[in-house]
Amino acid sequence: MGLQAYLTLAAIVFCIGLFGVITRRNTISILLGIELMLNSVNINLVAFSRFSGDVTGMVFAVFTICITVTEAALGLAIVILLFRVRRTVTADQLDLLKG
Amino acid sequence: MTGEALGFYCLSAVLVGSALAVVLTKNLFHAVLWLALALTGTAGIFLLLDAEFLAAVQLLLYAGGIVTVVVFAIVVTERLVGERISQTSRHIASGAAVSIVLAGLVVKAIMAGPLTSIRTPMTGDVTALIGETVLTRFVLPFELLALVMLAGLMGAIYFARPED
Repeated sequence: MGLQAYLTLAAIVFCIGLFGVITRRNTISILLGIELMLNSVNINLVAFSRFSGDVTGMVFAVFTICITVTEAALGLAIVILLFRVRRTVTADQLDLLKG
Repeated sequence: MTGEALGFYCLSAVLVGSALAVVLTKNLFHAVLWLALALTGTAGIFLLLDAEFLAAVQLLLYAGGIVTVVVFAIVVTERLVGERISQTSRHIASGAAVSIVLAGLVVKAIMAGPLTSIRTPMTGDVTALIGETVLTRFVLPFELLALVMLAGLMGAIYFARPED
């Protein structure tokens, strides 16, 4: 399989994640969509790294995986805090900053 | 058809199918389980790309860590709210339009680009190479990453502290 096949797969998964982020109402579901998008970026990094024979892309993928895990932990902590304060799960109702 | 192509098509089907299930299924808990399948499929893709170490990291951190944390969050918030979290979608038409147009543009750019389909052979053990590169050329970002994770951990603990 060529590089194009892997890049196309990553692009499709990224767009599915984007669809989830746009359409979901639940905050946790939006986070799941973001996870899908970040995950497809890792496929791109590893594919470019493998086809160019340079290990740097895989090192970048290690960094993005670590940052994504931190982001997920923080995002879910914020979600739990929001639920505690506002007693709601829906992103549309979290409009305190709306002018 | 070679074994690699067969594996790629099977893993792609699993990955795309479970990703669609993540964004389309009604039950939030099922969506998380589908996400675990999608992340495991990505680990398989990494194996196809000769990145065994990344496949292991993917399984441990993503499929193990993130899925567990999300399940915890769902359980805790359901208990706090005291009702089952229903999950609905909105703007489905516009969301699908944006996603499909973006996918079309990106795939068109990929097909137009001068991309190689020849794998440059990696010299030596990929895992050892990754370790060497992290601790030589990327040692400063690596240490900063430790700081980021520490700050994230402290922030999460601060957010989740008991109410006083």
